[in-house]
Amino acid sequence: MTTHDMSTPAPLPAKQTPPPPPPPDSIWLRAARHPLIWPLATLALILAVNASLNPGLWHLQWRDGHLYGSLIDIVNRAAPLAVVALGLTLVIATRGIDISVGAVVAISGAVAALMMGNAVAVINGALVHPSRFPLALVVLAALAAGGLCGAWNGLLVARAGLQPIIATLIMMLAGRGAAQLLTGGQILSISYPPYFVFGSGFFLGLPVAALIALAVWGGMTLMLERSALGLFIRAIGINPRAARVAGVRARTITICVYAFCGLCAGIAGVIVSSNVKSADGNNAGLLMELDAILAVTIGGTLLTGGRFSLAGTVIGALIIQTLTSTIYAIGVPPEINLVVKAVVVFAVMLLQSAEFRRQLRAIAFRGEPR
Amino acid sequence: MSAMTSKRRGLRIPPVVASVLLLLAMVAFGSVMYTGFFSAQVFLNLLIDNAFLLVVAVGMTFVILTGGIDLSVGSVVALTTMVSAELVEHRHWPPGVVIPLVLAGGAVFGAFQGWLIERFRLQAFIVTLAGMFLARGLCYVISIDSISITEPTFTAIAQTRVPLFAGAALSIGSLIALGTFAVAVFVAHGTAFGRNVYAIGGSEHSALLMGLPVARTIVGVYALSGFCAALGGVLFTFYMLSGYGLHATGLELDAIASVVIGGTLLAGGVGLVAGTLCGVLMLGLIQTLITFDGSLSAWWTRIVIGALLLAFCLLQRLTQRGEAGAEAA
Repeated sequence: MTTHDMSTPAPLPAKQTPPPPPPPDSIWLRAARHPLIWPLATLALILAVNASLNPGLWHLQWRDGHLYGSLIDIVNRAAPLAVVALGLTLVIATRGIDISVGAVVAISGAVAALMMGNAVAVINGALVHPSRFPLALVVLAALAAGGLCGAWNGLLVARAGLQPIIATLIMMLAGRGAAQLLTGGQILSISYPPYFVFGSGFFLGLPVAALIALAVWGGMTLMLERSALGLFIRAIGINPRAARVAGVRARTITICVYAFCGLCAGIAGVIVSSNVKSADGNNAGLLMELDAILAVTIGGTLLTGGRFSLAGTVIGALIIQTLTSTIYAIGVPPEINLVVKAVVVFAVMLLQSAEFRRQLRAIAFRGEPR
Repeated sequence: MSAMTSKRRGLRIPPVVASVLLLLAMVAFGSVMYTGFFSAQVFLNLLIDNAFLLVVAVGMTFVILTGGIDLSVGSVVALTTMVSAELVEHRHWPPGVVIPLVLAGGAVFGAFQGWLIERFRLQAFIVTLAGMFLARGLCYVISIDSISITEPTFTAIAQTRVPLFAGAALSIGSLIALGTFAVAVFVAHGTAFGRNVYAIGGSEHSALLMGLPVARTIVGVYALSGFCAALGGVLFTFYMLSGYGLHATGLELDAIASVVIGGTLLAGGVGLVAGTLCGVLMLGLIQTLITFDGSLSAWWTRIVIGALLLAFCLLQRLTQRGEAGAEAA
């Protein structure tokens, strides 16, 4: 590759640059074709818009042993969404959907709040807020509640053969009813201080919520890329029957994927309830399913199954949180948020549709001579 | 083809019969358990309190018959109440203009979703899920708070009761709902559109090969569902006399549940509009029973409806599986 062949008399380029592969097809083209380039470009664009409105965006500072700043704030707030969306990514990759994640977030928060109780006691003259159960048990119960809800969805989809949208619609509304039943329709406040670490604590100067999301992401990547599990999930998404015939235990994997999605929603429920120091059966996780689906699709996971990207989902969650904080920064009423997100879903959906791209291409090339 | 017709014949009646039997059992249970339950007005109240649900569920029946789903109906109802309240109360438009306007708006909204689904081969649930959030968001764009309606025409319609017999009476809204239901039965079983809907639900591919106007019918079905949702929203406005972005949350589940409990298959192609009436009455009856009982909290309604929907879905799967087994054998 370093020297050109002198023996050939053919009209070789006189320069010393190596022949094919041609130089332009290098890092730029490859980057342009990388599936994550569009999500990343979108994120950069929104961040740039946000930075132009909020000059302090890039400003990070180290205070009281913690890292502070707008960016850290965005990452911290995006954490529960990222965790939910990561779980949902796998469900969507198997050609399913789970619209019950918001309700499961509420259930998990309510279980945690009920387990801790809201008691006040005086020990040695100091006011303390004890918990009814040890912290580990509380968190375990909240996560188990989420996992069980997810496993129930999975059983209905894989064993009973219900359409995923119907199975999880039942959970979305009955689950919301269950969360309201658990909290009695009230907002249960949480006062057990050690619990607050999940939502607003710092570890090594970094927010714990973001670290949890990072751990979930890392663990999933390890599981899916270091074993055949990722391949199996893709196979189920592309053709469930063929996957089963080929010896993939499609049903078991599908149930596990839904259970894992429920577990992720449970983790998010703990983070959210810990962050706002209360469990709200009516509003916790409300409409979170849209954000999660949005994060997953923006990240390049196909809604028709078979292709997924965990990194894309995390970027998608960051995009949505940045978009939300940008909308706040612009000064538009936050209610517009829902409309903007719905429009973005429509746009992403169309861009993913092969039919739409084909027609777009047909329109673009119609005028050109062949 | 013969397998399909036999399947249809085998399935057409049993789920509806199961629904009717369950309905009668619930009426009997209520009459025995609670005094004052078995009266004409209690049953007419079922219609009065669920008029909007009946209209929305009738629209949903057509969508589910084609094998699709429309999750946006609850939000469209909310948006309709919001737009009506805003225009009538704050802009002082006459109701005679506002009502046709919101009905047309609902139909256009539905047709747009249908067009996206048909033209670009998108999944119905994801399109209508986005539509659900879009309509909900538009409510909040108009106002975050509830707008109550004091306009004389609306209040007059809301308060009018049409006496029937033995002192029992129906509201204008429930009469409109019954009229819509009658028209829907005719459309489903007496028109080419209705037959196309059943054909597409049976097999979209076959319908296309037979030369039926598949694209037009699918867009039409979603437009019909959007129209019915808007009409349901108008009835809801009469019923509540207010517009609010949080109105009718979870109505999509109630509508889907009514359709499925009424014996329509989620896979499409099989079902009766009359079954949907039965399903709506059953949901209303659950609510009435929980109210009559008094000791159960209102949160139970949703859980019971979810459980009932689940039971009927599982029943459908079992019948289908039984059929498949019989065909294979």
